[in-house]
Amino acid sequence: MINKVGRDIPDELIGRHGVYMGAGYRDGETYTKCGVRARICEKPQGSKLVGSIREAIEKCGMKDGMTVSFHHHFRDGDYVASMVMKEIKAMGIKDVTIAASSLGTAHDAIADMIEEGIVTGIQTSGIRGRLGEVVSAGKLKTPAVIRSHGGRVRAIEEGDVHIDVAFIGAPTADEFGNARAVGGKSDCGVLSYAMADAKYADHVVIITDTLVPSPNLPASIQGIDVDYVVCVDAIGDPAKIAAKAARMTNDVRELTMAARCADVMAATPYFADGFTFQTGAGGPSLAVNRYLEPKMKAKNITMRWALGGISAPTVTLLESGLVNAIIDTQDFDQVAVKSAGENARHFEISASQYANPANKGAFVNQLDFVILAALEVDTDFNVNVLTGSDGVLRGAPGGHPDAAAGAKCCIIVTPLMRGRMATICEHVVTVTTPGECVDVVVTDHGIAVNPSRPDIAAWLDAAGIEHTTIEKLKELAYSIVGTPEPLEWEDKVVAVLEARDGSILDVVRQIKPYRFE
Amino acid sequence: MQLINRAMAGTLESSDAQISIAPGKDGIVLHIQSTVQNQYGRAIKQSVLDTLSKLGIENAEVDVNDRGALECTLRARVECAAYRSAGIEAGIPWEEM
Amino acid sequence: MIQRKKPERFRLRRTMIFLSAQKPGLIKDPLIYGADSLMLDLEDAVAENQKDAARFSLYHALKTVDYGDTEVIVRINGLDTPHWREDVRVCVAAGADGVRIAKCESAGDVIAVEKAVEAAEEEFRKEKGRTLLMAALESPKGILNAQEIAAASGRMFGIAISGGDLRRTMQVSPVRGGIELNTARGLVVLAARAAGVQCFDTVFTDLNDEEGFRAEVLLDKQMGFDGKSLVNPRQIAAVHEIYAPSEKEITAAEKIVRAVRENAAKGVGVFTVDGKMIDIAFLPGAERTIALAKACGMYKGEL
Repeated sequence: MINKVGRDIPDELIGRHGVYMGAGYRDGETYTKCGVRARICEKPQGSKLVGSIREAIEKCGMKDGMTVSFHHHFRDGDYVASMVMKEIKAMGIKDVTIAASSLGTAHDAIADMIEEGIVTGIQTSGIRGRLGEVVSAGKLKTPAVIRSHGGRVRAIEEGDVHIDVAFIGAPTADEFGNARAVGGKSDCGVLSYAMADAKYADHVVIITDTLVPSPNLPASIQGIDVDYVVCVDAIGDPAKIAAKAARMTNDVRELTMAARCADVMAATPYFADGFTFQTGAGGPSLAVNRYLEPKMKAKNITMRWALGGISAPTVTLLESGLVNAIIDTQDFDQVAVKSAGENARHFEISASQYANPANKGAFVNQLDFVILAALEVDTDFNVNVLTGSDGVLRGAPGGHPDAAAGAKCCIIVTPLMRGRMATICEHVVTVTTPGECVDVVVTDHGIAVNPSRPDIAAWLDAAGIEHTTIEKLKELAYSIVGTPEPLEWEDKVVAVLEARDGSILDVVRQIKPYRFE
Repeated sequence: MQLINRAMAGTLESSDAQISIAPGKDGIVLHIQSTVQNQYGRAIKQSVLDTLSKLGIENAEVDVNDRGALECTLRARVECAAYRSAGIEAGIPWEEM
Repeated sequence: MIQRKKPERFRLRRTMIFLSAQKPGLIKDPLIYGADSLMLDLEDAVAENQKDAARFSLYHALKTVDYGDTEVIVRINGLDTPHWREDVRVCVAAGADGVRIAKCESAGDVIAVEKAVEAAEEEFRKEKGRTLLMAALESPKGILNAQEIAAASGRMFGIAISGGDLRRTMQVSPVRGGIELNTARGLVVLAARAAGVQCFDTVFTDLNDEEGFRAEVLLDKQMGFDGKSLVNPRQIAAVHEIYAPSEKEITAAEKIVRAVRENAAKGVGVFTVDGKMIDIAFLPGAERTIALAKACGMYKGEL
């Protein structure tokens, strides 16, 4: 069945939410959240501490075919998912589904377990490294399910995903399971992505390397939801969890694009006192902060809040008073981690508060601007942030589709080409964010405004900002790199990409190995 | 053009291509590997064959290790390798390139 | 195949950015950086055993990448090397706008290159005189001969100081304020103006010293240089900003141009604008200011 973004979805994969029918299609619908299995603890209680991860797995009654979950706040420095999965493997448990908020280069060990048939299902908001290669090669028994951060919480709350055991790495915890993201050896600032897991999983295990006296409050993960606590030597590599400070790019191309993004923002009426803003962690996205500062000062305005993944430049704006509050779901550097722990105007929120489309209003819905990166953008403004030009899974929708759908003005910033690959192309390999949610594309070779936003085009004209069409940008790219041949695929679907409302936006098939004839 | 020695041109840096060329007997024996072969495999092969044909090379062993080079870079690397193989440094017939 | 239009001998050249002709990654991008001129380098940026490879890259870049209105100059190898004649041939065949003569020391050097250029123009059936020349002065002798070098050929559009070698020979190092090169700078500006060509100051290589760079660009502007050679695209914006005319200068220039035209039509030679005596001699300067303002995106009027 062909969906709203023109992708052909095999009928046998279409589930209860159907295929993608457009942004906001389910708006206003009501539903009953799925029930949560709880356990009554009436009697006086001692510590929830158990001796090992293995003991916790045993006590949770883990069996073949169960689903376990992990969060990705430790990013490339995560030890937790691999430690737990190694125990599960050693215990002979098979047919495991991993429902993670994201998976990446820290999880090569899980790639091996897919090849060994121990892990047979993957549900995630990002997939990179060897894991992506193994799944792309068709070695996972069932197609991986890729969801946005908001879509993941919705799937949990609607019961599309049932987590049997949530293993939550926590920088600090007390022996009753009250867990925080600061005050330990491997601080990650916030635990936003683990909050839904703690509320909805049948069993919740906290894994920490810094046990602190009770009460560990205010807790990101509350002890009332936690079954067991395990203390290990190290939950992650602090150097890879949070780099010292995200360095501002020196690359003149990235700076030029960042400056153009700021120009576009300032040309819209949304750029007024109290505006709200989210930006990605990529070089040009991050550098936008630097160009916003003088524009805000010149106009004598401040930002009400900055949302999402946080890095040093945003913290600097908070400390200088140009930003009134930070609403944080993830921290990318130590400056952000420190601020999350210390600054009273820096707030931790859950992934549901951040981006879930199936609650009564997430923060993304109140965004004026979001600046996002892309691997590819096509002439329908569809964005791909998941598959490489070779068709291999190597990316993460993350909060991209959520923020794009929620913001009044969504700006994608990307170079026109990367090496010989045209970033602006005829058809993206995979649609991860529908073009109807994208308003402006800023490249190093020019700006294109989505024809669905004549208002923005008029504002740019009024501000004397040149812009062109997305087709012209694509033609320019193709004139330099040549017209790419379409990828050739096998029939087998290796990943299903859900829109944030649960409908199917696209599928990724197994790539055919290329042969020179 | 008369190829004499095995010669190389180009690097393995991103956006470049390394070409190795040697005299051959049996037509053009071409091996290509490329980081962008899924989308540009045919185009790369065509560019290399075109360039060799323009240079009047009918028998050669050619290895291409492409790292996403643009067509103009591919052509430049093939020509450079060929002229190195032929031992010609100056007096290049530029108008025929 | 790109056919570049006939080069203009005199045009805006605030920024000339050096790019190695050998690096394929760089060659397709420079247009976006907004420099007035690109300096594709066959000389120091290219290793001795890659001179041939750089020429093939240069040729195909010029034939396939549309550099638009950005000027494309090629720095050829020195006249004491075996490379420069082939360098000249490829420049002319590929349609480069101009050739930068490295380590130029005399009018004779310019004439030698001019002859090679002329021969190449004939060989490749290019319009005679199309290819422009400029000279880099890199030695005390070159600086002292600046005047004869600048005037040596009708193809010459400018002379540039190349500070690296010059400082070494002069036994000095870069100093804040530029005292070590200021005599050379003064001589080059004078020689260029005497010969009616442009002049360009040397590169500033310490990319971390933004303040020092800006100070040197300001010095260049005040001394009368037309522009500066640059090593990194990051430097372009600062030069354009510092060379930009002020609003006041633009308004004054606009008034002068209009007044000269109106009065010329009436046959009046000397008149006053805002209380100042103005005649036809003020016109070129005012027109330069307007052109500069247009290039900086500061003037969108009718002139």
